[in-house]
Amino acid sequence: MTTEADEPELRAHFEETVAADRRVEPRDWMPEAYRATLVRQIAQHAHSEIIGMQPEGDWITRAPSLRRKAILWAKVQDEAGHGLYLYGAAETLGADRDDLTRRLLEGRQKYSSIFNYPAATFADVGVIGWLVDGAAICNQVPLCRSSYGPYARAMVRVCKEESFHQRQGYELLWTMTRGTAAQREMVQDAVDRWWWPSLMMFGPPDAASPNSERSMAWRVKRHSNDELRQRFVDMTVPQADRLGVTLPDPELRWNEERGRYDFGTPDFAELARVIGGDGPCNRERIARRTAAHEDGAWVREAAAAHAERRARRADGAGVAR
Amino acid sequence: MSGTEAVDGGWPLFEVFVRGKRGLNHVHVGSLRAADARMALTHARDLYTRRNEGVSIWVVRSADVTASAPDERDPFFAPSGDKVYRHPTFYEIPHDVPHI
Ligand SMILES: [Fe+2]
Ligand SMILES: [Fe+2]
Repeated sequence: MTTEADEPELRAHFEETVAADRRVEPRDWMPEAYRATLVRQIAQHAHSEIIGMQPEGDWITRAPSLRRKAILWAKVQDEAGHGLYLYGAAETLGADRDDLTRRLLEGRQKYSSIFNYPAATFADVGVIGWLVDGAAICNQVPLCRSSYGPYARAMVRVCKEESFHQRQGYELLWTMTRGTAAQREMVQDAVDRWWWPSLMMFGPPDAASPNSERSMAWRVKRHSNDELRQRFVDMTVPQADRLGVTLPDPELRWNEERGRYDFGTPDFAELARVIGGDGPCNRERIARRTAAHEDGAWVREAAAAHAERRARRADGAGVAR
Repeated sequence: MSGTEAVDGGWPLFEVFVRGKRGLNHVHVGSLRAADARMALTHARDLYTRRNEGVSIWVVRSADVTASAPDERDPFFAPSGDKVYRHPTFYEIPHDVPHI
């Protein structure tokens, strides 16, 4: 048990652990604000994985071949898995799974703005894998060194799986751009629609990101939003060139001096609007998640009843013997 | 490992351990919720071994895990802290003694 007298010492030990880049584990003492920040961050991340199944999920039944269907299915299943690893990590901080789900459905916890955009054509499936999963990788690789052990370990697992997601997307686009003129047009159209929202995935600019500094000190965030956005652009431009698509940014050019690409500013007012609930698909995403949760209620109840009856029968058998 | 107990009304939490291949120990990989142990096993297979990561799975209710305090400074581990003579490197032996 922690008494108030212990707290300065416990806090000093916590700060020392984090500063030395060692991991904080579930039953360690931690400041309440650290716990709350992590629960919010991990829950938001988990919700994003779960809601993120929807844009691509629509295409599973309409994939053009059995190969593409099997790949897409596996990819969407992985996203469900990522959500579950992360809910598990949040629960090690004392968060309750049902409560997290409720907060998502009631709009009290957020998920990534990117999943509020529609996947209009099958080329979108490729572009989501390439750009959206690509941006997610940029965000997640540094989190493998998050100061919170269970989150860091979940991220290691997630990152291993994400590289399949990005590659299948790129391969899909590679195939399409080597197809007909109409297919090439579909790919370019999808790139035009997803490029800016993908850049917004890194969040508001550093100057407008008030909690970043503390999160960096706690090592639950390892690089600033703008740095990660820049990395993503630098990684992606050569891939776009190789694919033969144009990224819809007239300001995009190589800066010899910086050794990095210059690029335009995303519409951060749009980002705020979409996060605020007014994106193209916000209502649809939550309505669908709510319906899935409610439709699944009888399964959860039946499973619990079955488990209870079996446990009772096992007890009864023990007494009879 | 989790600090939380099973939630009333919901499915209890299970800890999952996977043996990566024959010859290795089971290693803790994470947790999940399930109605009972049998369901936890199936879910663990779907969640933690989608890519042949395991040949054997253990699940145990999180509430059944008894754990020491997590901190490496915990006095619980003090008895092993000062017994350097339990390590082979403690013993100085002439360099020319073979096979030791
Ligand atoms: Fe994911
Ligand atoms: Fe992914």
